[in-house]
Amino acid sequence: MITLIVNEKNFEVDVAPDTPLLWVLRDQLQLTGTKYSCGIGECGACTVHINNEAVRSCQVLVQEAVDKKITTIEGLPENHPVKAAWVAEEVVQCGYCQPGQIMQAAAFLAKFPEPLDADIDKEMTGICRCGTYPRIRTAIHRAAKASAKGGKP
Amino acid sequence: MSQIFNCSRRDFCKTSALLGTGLVLGFYLPGCQKKDIIPPASGPFKPNAFIQIAPDDTVTFFINKSEMGQGVYTSLSMLIAEELEVDWKKIKIEAAPVAPEYNHTQWGNLQGTGGSTSIRSTFDQLRTAGGAGRMMLVQAAAQIWEVPPASCKVEGGKVIHPKGEKSLSYGTLVGAAAKLQPPKQVPLKPAASFKIIGKPRARLDTPAKVNGTAEFGIDVKRPNLLTAVIARPPVFGATLKAFDAEAAKALPGVKEVVQVDSGVAVVAESFWAAKLGRDALKIKWDDGPLAKLDSATQGKEYAALAQKPGLVAANRGDAAATLAAAGKKIEAIYEVPYLAHAPMEPLNCVADVRADSCEIWVGTQMQTLDRNAAAEVTGLPPEKVTLHTTFLGGGFGRRGVGDSHFVREAVQVSKAMQAPVKVMWTREDDIRGGYYRPRAYHTVRAALGENNLPSVWQQRIVCQSIVKGTPFEEGMMKEGIDHTAVEGIVDLSYAVPNLQVEYQMAPAGVPVLWWRSVGHSFTAFVKECFVDELATAAGQDPLAFRKQLLVDHPRQIALLDLLAEKAGWGKPEQGRAQGLAIHESFGSIVAQVAEVTVEDNKIKVGRVVCAVDCGQTVNPDTIVAQMQSAIYFGMAAALHDAITFKNGRVEQSNFHDYPMPRLAAMPVVGVHIMPSKEKPGGIGEPGVPPIAPAIANAVFAANKMRLRTLPLNLALPTKPPAAAPKGGKKKKK
Repeated sequence: MITLIVNEKNFEVDVAPDTPLLWVLRDQLQLTGTKYSCGIGECGACTVHINNEAVRSCQVLVQEAVDKKITTIEGLPENHPVKAAWVAEEVVQCGYCQPGQIMQAAAFLAKFPEPLDADIDKEMTGICRCGTYPRIRTAIHRAAKASAKGGKP
Repeated sequence: MSQIFNCSRRDFCKTSALLGTGLVLGFYLPGCQKKDIIPPASGPFKPNAFIQIAPDDTVTFFINKSEMGQGVYTSLSMLIAEELEVDWKKIKIEAAPVAPEYNHTQWGNLQGTGGSTSIRSTFDQLRTAGGAGRMMLVQAAAQIWEVPPASCKVEGGKVIHPKGEKSLSYGTLVGAAAKLQPPKQVPLKPAASFKIIGKPRARLDTPAKVNGTAEFGIDVKRPNLLTAVIARPPVFGATLKAFDAEAAKALPGVKEVVQVDSGVAVVAESFWAAKLGRDALKIKWDDGPLAKLDSATQGKEYAALAQKPGLVAANRGDAAATLAAAGKKIEAIYEVPYLAHAPMEPLNCVADVRADSCEIWVGTQMQTLDRNAAAEVTGLPPEKVTLHTTFLGGGFGRRGVGDSHFVREAVQVSKAMQAPVKVMWTREDDIRGGYYRPRAYHTVRAALGENNLPSVWQQRIVCQSIVKGTPFEEGMMKEGIDHTAVEGIVDLSYAVPNLQVEYQMAPAGVPVLWWRSVGHSFTAFVKECFVDELATAAGQDPLAFRKQLLVDHPRQIALLDLLAEKAGWGKPEQGRAQGLAIHESFGSIVAQVAEVTVEDNKIKVGRVVCAVDCGQTVNPDTIVAQMQSAIYFGMAAALHDAITFKNGRVEQSNFHDYPMPRLAAMPVVGVHIMPSKEKPGGIGEPGVPPIAPAIANAVFAANKMRLRTLPLNLALPTKPPAAAPKGGKKKKK
């Protein structure tokens, strides 16, 4: 049995220690907001936070996540400025990659509270096949402004 | 209760009869009203297949188009709501089940989504559905109040009494409305009275897609659901000789290994167990006739086919004679590769086959065919098959297939297991799984007449047929010509007096399919690059040249003028070059200017300005989003992507070798919508065709390199490459 701390709750899972975290989240914990798309760490659809860092959960073995604080899209507060900005800027289309984009953006903004476009270019490396990138950019700027005004949860 | 209602109805008739005389007036004086008798609801009110109103005022719309990002759940709801006059906040969306009422209005007995037809094919149907519902609710209220229906007003899901002092919510009226007959005639609002249509509206699916609760096919949860991953043939058309499942079955979590039409399925308790199980299979395949398929060799075969006359798909004037008599001819060869759709959500399907029923959960664009395929596999009558359409994590055409292969295999596995099973494709399965945009090879010849404008255009297209051998053949193939191979060029907008388009069907083998914008994805590339070549030959500005050729198409000219103004045509940003393209497809016209820089043999698209004329708009913000999306989608293909073959095998496998541009590579996109009273056009696809030629034309403007092969590659010779020598080494991988 492996104990995981996900969204501030403890879970016991019976899986091989070398199972990718992504599949433990999706199949064992039924947290399907975290998505599979490439399985090789290229696309970012499976991005979650481990100890507040954005990571691609398809590239993390579950044993590496033990005793660490894991946050998935379901655990990001509903009033988080990034979620609010995504709604306000009408970012989503098919929506499949967006949980990953949002988790990436939330971790990014924690490090870059006043991001420049160049920072966004460098850090937001997830793939969106619908091409929502222009709106992801404006949503990040909006979330940064909201956080600066105290919109942070 | 029905008696009370009938009584009320009689009063209504009496009242109506009296109305004209004015004798009824005193009846409505304040203080003299009798108590309204409101028939109770015995359930929700369903005026038609698209609308359900519950006693608690909840309004449910059953949307028969698949939501794959193009915004149909919202835009089609806008069509209904415009006439239903409902409280927008009370709307809930359900994916329509499979039923004849939900058939596509233009596709015969098929329910499905594609061809950028969702708005165009339902614009009248859904407004009429909304209007019918409203009329019944108004009639119900009018009967209760004993006033003429025409004297009542509606607003925000309420019918308002003629005196304005009281109102009844739609929910209150469901009992009365449910007893009425739908109206035979539903007059629709003129466009000038639209309150919802044509004004930006927030997407209804945004909240669920932002908080992770939106259910895609891959997320479907069922009790005791198993997961299967299928080992598919390494070569298209290969057949299974033998397999050894012992090692796979020995792995923890693996339940069973079953053979299905598409390969060998490993069924397990979870995806990861199934995937490891598949890795452990030992399979012998008979590679079949495509064992040696090689892209370079195939290119030579296509070139050879292009030497032979094809079937004539368009003929105006006398192209051959005009060319023969012409002095200087302009000739070119254009090539485009196979392309995978690569939606972010890989294909999947959940099937639960029982003795007397079958239930399916799938993100599909083709509900009726998939339902029928499940019936065929199970031997059940179609009405015993229930299909639930989930959100689609991208479609782009990939989830609309004539053979229902990804549904069929899931039903087969579930049937074999006698258990609910989710079949999942990995990204590698997707990239290597076929159903590609077909490869195409075009030869094109033209000559300039005495007026320095083209007198003749002759184009020959070599390409596989998408529809041959599918349920779509009958409607989309005429006299041997697959319309999807020649669309966008047979209806050439440019006023060229002599036009001939020929089609040479390339041999079948690699599974091909519609890929966002279908044939327009290559015909527009050839048309818009080649017209630029002709402008260069004529010594003219590409914009002015096109406008001269569009004399019969005032909407295109007007759009070019709008684009030129918004883009600052002729005045690119310092260090950049501009390229232009315009194309009409799916009932809409899109024109784009791409601004590029060419440095270190790399093309960087810095800005794209897009002008779109899609007639009457429904949700303008969705139009902007779809243009941004299409520009990105087309740019990825124009700059990067190709599916190629070596020894029968697809050479690419995932996003590392079938790359997608990231946010940093996304140009600044400006979208300008032409105000229009024309009927609505499509919007999901028409933004794709112009971007590749706009970029290629910009590259030519930048460095005089005319790139005629996609993906655009500055390292390639400007003429199509000769086939690689036999046994030549390929880099990569």
